[in-house]
Amino acid sequence: MVDTLVFIVAAVICLTGALGVILARNPVHSALMLVMTLFGIAVQFVAQEAHFLAAVQVIVYAGAIVVLFLFVIMLLGVDRAQNLELSILPVQRWAALVFASGSLLLLGALIVVVNEPVTGAEAMGGAASGDENVRLLARSLFSDHVYAFELTSLLLVIAVIGAVVLARKPKEIQSPALEEQGDN
Amino acid sequence: MEITTGWYLVLGALLFVIGGTGLLIRRNPLVMLMCVELMLNGVNLSFVAFARQLDDIGGQTVVFFVLVVAAAEVVVGLGLVVAILRRQPGATADDLSALRG
Repeated sequence: MVDTLVFIVAAVICLTGALGVILARNPVHSALMLVMTLFGIAVQFVAQEAHFLAAVQVIVYAGAIVVLFLFVIMLLGVDRAQNLELSILPVQRWAALVFASGSLLLLGALIVVVNEPVTGAEAMGGAASGDENVRLLARSLFSDHVYAFELTSLLLVIAVIGAVVLARKPKEIQSPALEEQGDN
Repeated sequence: MEITTGWYLVLGALLFVIGGTGLLIRRNPLVMLMCVELMLNGVNLSFVAFARQLDDIGGQTVVFFVLVVAAAEVVVGLGLVVAILRRQPGATADDLSALRG
């Protein structure tokens, strides 16, 4: 079955990338592994007939957010490999790690065991073609959720202003007494 | 073997677990932000799987809003990281206790 093969390959890509994000010593490698995971998720979106979201996933996540991460990594010069930061962990972090992963894996196993359709029918109807998917999403977005959509524009403006305020040079907004100690 | 919705939910849960684990074990604030992105993507996958299962486009609308909020979160988070690391180079998440009041 093609569906099964696509799911397995994309899932392996996703999980490999996710493990690479948290295990890579170098933040640049983490960012590139994140791109791999995001592409895998985009493939899963296509397999689920969410064509518009797959395109947005590639453009916004892989194209904008990860590039922003890489830009900040290079700007700050923190792309050197970190020394063994796993070894400085206190015991309770390992306890939290074991607890969280164990419980959520149990949840995943439970989902596999139950594995019933949420409603009766497997819904594969009108949303099958990509054109129809975009049309349905647009209708939902601009009719039912139009206020939330407008609020997101406000959120983005606030985020941009906040980023500009945060990223300014500190010496412009501080007293001259602090300037004597140098910028860094 | 047929791929049912449960498999997509399991993949989403696994991504969420990996992201949460990374958030706990990594001390680099940039990598921690990437782990938050992983967790958001796991949840997005679950939303899309349910949107197909229930034949309701609302799940995909939620994913759209999550994408927008994630973009805003990354912008503000990276602005904070730049501001902190410029003042205190090489700071990890454990060194940020000075942020209190």
